[in-house]
Amino acid sequence: MESIDPNIFRLTIFVLSIFVGYYVVWSVTPALHTPLMAVTNAISSVIIVGGLFALVASDASTTLGLISKIFGFVSVTLAAVNIFGGFLVTQRMLAMYKKKPKVQKEDKNA
Amino acid sequence: MHNLVAIAYVISGILFITALRGLSSPESSRRGNVYGIIGMVIAVFATLVSVDFFNADKLTLSLVIAAILIGAIIGATIAKKIAMTAMPQLIAAFHSLVGLSAVFVAVAAFYAPKSFHIGTLGHINTLSLVEMSLGAIIGAITFSGSVIAFGKLQGIMSGSPIVFKGQHLLNLSIGISIVLGIIYFCFNQDANIFWTLIALSFLIGFLIIIPIGGADMPVVVSMLNSYSGWAAAGIGFTLQNSALIITGALVGSSGAILSYIMCAAMNRSFISVILGGFGAEESSSSSNQGEQRPVKEGSADDAAFIMKNAGSVIIVPGYGMAVAQAQHALKEMTDALKENGVKVTFAIHPVAGRMPGHMNVLLAEANVSYEDVFELDDINSEFPQADVAFVIGANDVTNPIAKSDPSSPIYGMPILDVEKANTVLFVKRGRGLGYAGIDNDLFYRENTMMLFSDAKKMVDGIIKSL
Repeated sequence: MESIDPNIFRLTIFVLSIFVGYYVVWSVTPALHTPLMAVTNAISSVIIVGGLFALVASDASTTLGLISKIFGFVSVTLAAVNIFGGFLVTQRMLAMYKKKPKVQKEDKNA
Repeated sequence: MHNLVAIAYVISGILFITALRGLSSPESSRRGNVYGIIGMVIAVFATLVSVDFFNADKLTLSLVIAAILIGAIIGATIAKKIAMTAMPQLIAAFHSLVGLSAVFVAVAAFYAPKSFHIGTLGHINTLSLVEMSLGAIIGAITFSGSVIAFGKLQGIMSGSPIVFKGQHLLNLSIGISIVLGIIYFCFNQDANIFWTLIALSFLIGFLIIIPIGGADMPVVVSMLNSYSGWAAAGIGFTLQNSALIITGALVGSSGAILSYIMCAAMNRSFISVILGGFGAEESSSSSNQGEQRPVKEGSADDAAFIMKNAGSVIIVPGYGMAVAQAQHALKEMTDALKENGVKVTFAIHPVAGRMPGHMNVLLAEANVSYEDVFELDDINSEFPQADVAFVIGANDVTNPIAKSDPSSPIYGMPILDVEKANTVLFVKRGRGLGYAGIDNDLFYRENTMMLFSDAKKMVDGIIKSL
């Protein structure tokens, strides 16, 4: 039997992750949809990984390598803005979701 | 070593999943966010190890540190300072950064394919080319689309739809050119074609968002959220990186689900929202235009008197509350009413505001307990028992025409049944029509009292007389 193309495995991961995402996101309470967007935005900045490849692994002594390095630098910077901004703003939002003070708790769900 | 790095990526993928899972309740969400941060740290660290960063030359070391520091300072400052009412445009701006970042990574990979182990310049393997160009194209669409969405939300450009003749035909032909361009690019690997593809994608991103109006922004923002995920996944395939593939798929499906929820809440198909022009072409559908019908007008004192003597009040906030920054005043009013023994709850329509969950965040900011805030399905049955429905800055989501008139553009949209409450207090800035350009029959009902004023001023007035 010939060996399976590794791309098929990547496709498998992709498809399964879509399903995981589907079920996980449906369980998110509508009240937290804005933090959900903020946090998905933050985690999609994992694109920084690609920027780091370009920035670190490219050889700046050739013109094309230099181009790649510059684009890598910009994309790492942009993604970093998003990572810090995204997670911090999510944290700020989530810190605001509070229950009502315990004293008044009995009049809930009347 | 590479195996360890790959395992680290899977771990960060799992941490991202738990971050999303945490959002199923406000209690677990804060911990979830921390998991997300840990996942990101692991992914970045694993990457640095795999590219042998710690043995890199001085220039590279300092460039990486500089890039991350600059990003950290800008990101943290924005996150700290941004007003909660500005959250939709902030999210749009952040989406644009992910999109642009994806484009730049694709460009870098095209010029230095060796760094990414996908071949050499001019001899990149075909599959990588397809993945790379898809990542770049979706990234570019995300970028320019988000910039336009940002402009509309921030009020830099008009929120009304921009439509012109032949728009759909133009978009279609650009779309086809992009597809043909990808195929051509895969055969000759020409840099000019690559840049043309990116330019066309910027253009199409711009063109598909301009015809979409302000009230459809919740769908647009969700859709761009989804695109940013697919762009990341495309790049993930190019780089053969499982962290990016997993995350891209998660974010892509998350955004898609949110778009679906928003469309369902308006009873409109995704396609019709994207094709745009809502409210621009359908103004003739409502029958009694121009004709002035009498409304019952009230003052802040009247409203305060009615609510003080009510047993239960349901507050229905909308975009107008956000514009007027009335959430803190509203909380004060709620507290004052509660002291008078009135039961106060909040009813939130899924598309109230300019992004999913927009109203919830604003109420949370004003310290309203999330246990007092209910979604459409949970509270709609309680309006008939409510003494007062206090509508502040919402309009179309309460319009009973959505149930009665099949010719209305919002027919079939699920609405909050405020009409069933004993008295309806309707805070409204002007006498104009709602966003969709439809008259609201509620204004003329016997049991409705109109409070014409800026939302915040009106609430402040009510607090005073309470």
